[in-house]
This record gives sequence, structure tokens and C-alpha cells, in this order.
Amino acid sequence: MNVAKIAVASGKGGTGKSTVAANLGYSLAQERDVVLVDCDVEEPNLHLFFQDGRSESPVTTPVPVIDTSACTFCGRCAEQCRYGALLVLENDIRFFRELCHSCGGCSLVCPTGAVREEMEAVGRVWESRPFPHLRLISGVLDVGEIHSTRVIQAAKQAAEPAGLIIYDAPPGTACPVVETMEDSDFCLLVTESTPFGLHDLELAAAVAKKLCVPAGVVINRSDGDDAETMAVCSRHDLPVLLRIPFDRKIAAWQNRGELFAVHMPQWQGRFTDLYTRIQDIAGGSR
Amino acid sequence: MDAPVEERFGRSPYLILIDTDTGTETSIQNPGADAAGGVGPRTVQLLVNHGVKAVVTGQVGGNAASALQAAGIDAYQYRAGGTVRDALALYRAGKLTRLL
Repeated sequence: MNVAKIAVASGKGGTGKSTVAANLGYSLAQERDVVLVDCDVEEPNLHLFFQDGRSESPVTTPVPVIDTSACTFCGRCAEQCRYGALLVLENDIRFFRELCHSCGGCSLVCPTGAVREEMEAVGRVWESRPFPHLRLISGVLDVGEIHSTRVIQAAKQAAEPAGLIIYDAPPGTACPVVETMEDSDFCLLVTESTPFGLHDLELAAAVAKKLCVPAGVVINRSDGDDAETMAVCSRHDLPVLLRIPFDRKIAAWQNRGELFAVHMPQWQGRFTDLYTRIQDIAGGSR
Repeated sequence: MDAPVEERFGRSPYLILIDTDTGTETSIQNPGADAAGGVGPRTVQLLVNHGVKAVVTGQVGGNAASALQAAGIDAYQYRAGGTVRDALALYRAGKLTRLL
């Protein structure tokens, strides 16, 4: 089976996830249809590499609305809410919208049917087609919202059905990263040879392992001396699949918000080879 | 009464309920103290369920403050690092700053 979904993660922010995802997506789109999905919904930035008009659709989530005329203020809804989103007073009830995780538990436990759910917007999904074979989908979480996984799900849904999908994961290893990696066939871990970079690489690798997603590493901004990174990778059985050197020309294109693979075509071949190696590692195993 | 005062309202592992008329003291555990989020409103709910009218604590977060206000519970600040007994003495003497 072909590897159809690749998550690009790193653990640490600023390592070059979006750079790798964008250049990989662009390179592969020279030969086939590719969908790039920006799952870093709190700070989506993949679109900065591309110029194209985009369409927008809202992402909604259910939140409770309480009919105080039917409510007996028994307090069961607040009791079951793990997030403190409901406060039941003697004859009033307060709802803290920003604490609500949309689990729907309050409406399930209410004995008088006083809680109904209404859909409210928590973010948006942008969609564009910057190149003939490349679709770009970005999840954008509204400021102050907590429902990042809801927006990630919506962005992932918008990408389907597609032959090859590349997810640009958020930094860190919390729920949004798990949500992004979860149904991926392969996880590409981008790292840099710094103590923080390597530490966070190990955390991200542990998440991929826990989710049973095969993983490999891209070393970004490599200064040529990668012994320490190699040691970490071999300790965790992570193959190093590509090295992107610390190169002024690459940095210059990057600074202009451009894809270096567009201007340095030899890299298109390297990213295509990277995909071939991913196929070799994960293609037969799932 | 000899325990140190926890300065973070929602994260208090125990709440000491004091009936200022009778002087009775009851200690209750705060089940949400270690929860990931929403500890403020959940702790306020506990106070509401026990009919509390005023609270002495170090600091209250935004959600806890809204919840305390909604519940009509007064909040006083104690940050001297002493025990519950010390805090209560200052409260009784009217020497604590009112937060809400």
C-alpha cells in the first residue's frame, strides 16, 4: 500500500517543519496530486510560502444553551463538567464559554432537558490551489478559542479524499499534535542539532511510537557535524532520511517567504527521493 | 488551622470552612485542585454548595473571579505566608485587602 498521509512534526517550534512540509509538497506536486494541510491552527504559516486566492469556510462546535425556565438548578451538569464551564447557583446558572470543551455531557445528564446545544464558530478552514497539482488547506483557530483539535479535524476532513496528504503538525507533543499524527502512515520528524531540538525530537518520537506511526528524521540547518543527532536517532531507531545544510542561499529564499526547491531545482529530486525512502520504510508495513 | 495558606485559590488542596458565628471548622478536600483547567469555577461551585459567603486566599484567576462575583462571594487577600489561623485572625480584625 502507498503511504498516503505524512505528518511533519518536530516537537520544537522554529525547527523548519513548515519549510520541509512546503518544499516536500511542492516537489511531489510536480508529478502527482498533493494536498498540504496546515494543522498548526494556532499559528498557521504554510500559506506564507504560496500566493493564491483562497476560499474560507467556518468551523463550528456545539456549546450548551440553558433554558433557565426548565432548569431546576440541581447542579448535575456542573458536577459532571471536568472543565468548570458551568456554575450552578441557588436559582441561576452561569456558563463559561471559554472553558467548554464541547463534550455534550451537560445535556446528557440534565434530568429536565433544560440544556440544548447550539453550534458556534471556533475557527475557519482556508483552501487554495497555488499550483495545478497542489491544494493547500489551512486550519485557523479563532483567537482565544481552545478547540484546536476541532479545527484540525475540519482541516483534515477538507483534504479528503486525496492520494497524498502532508500534514504540517503544530509544535510540542500535546493533544493537537496527537490529533495531527493519529491516522498518519508516516511521521517525518524535523530536528536541528541543538540541545533543545534534540530533547524535543525525543519527545515527538515517543509520541509517534506510542501511536504506532513509523518515523524518520530530517536534520535541518545541519552544520555538517551531526554526530550527536545521529547518536540520538540510532538510540531511538530513527533513520535519518535527509539533511538540509545551513546554507546562505536556502536561508535567503526562506527569508523572502519563498520555496527554496523552486529556485534550487536539485532539491526537488532530493525531496522526491525522501518520499521514496518513506515508501520503502512504511509502504509495506501497513 | 496550622496548615499554611495556599496562595492560589483554585489549586488549594483543601478548603477550611469556618462558621464565624459558632466558630466551627470543617476541612474539605478540593477534588479539582490538580485538574488541567477550569479549577477556579469548580472550586467556587464547591463553596456555593457549602453556602460560603466569603473566602480568604492569595490570588484568584480570571475565571475564578467571574465565578465568585456571579456567586456573590467576597474575596479577601492574604499573602503573608502564615497559617490558616493567622489569616483568620487578620480577617476577623478587618485587616485584609478585599479582592472582590
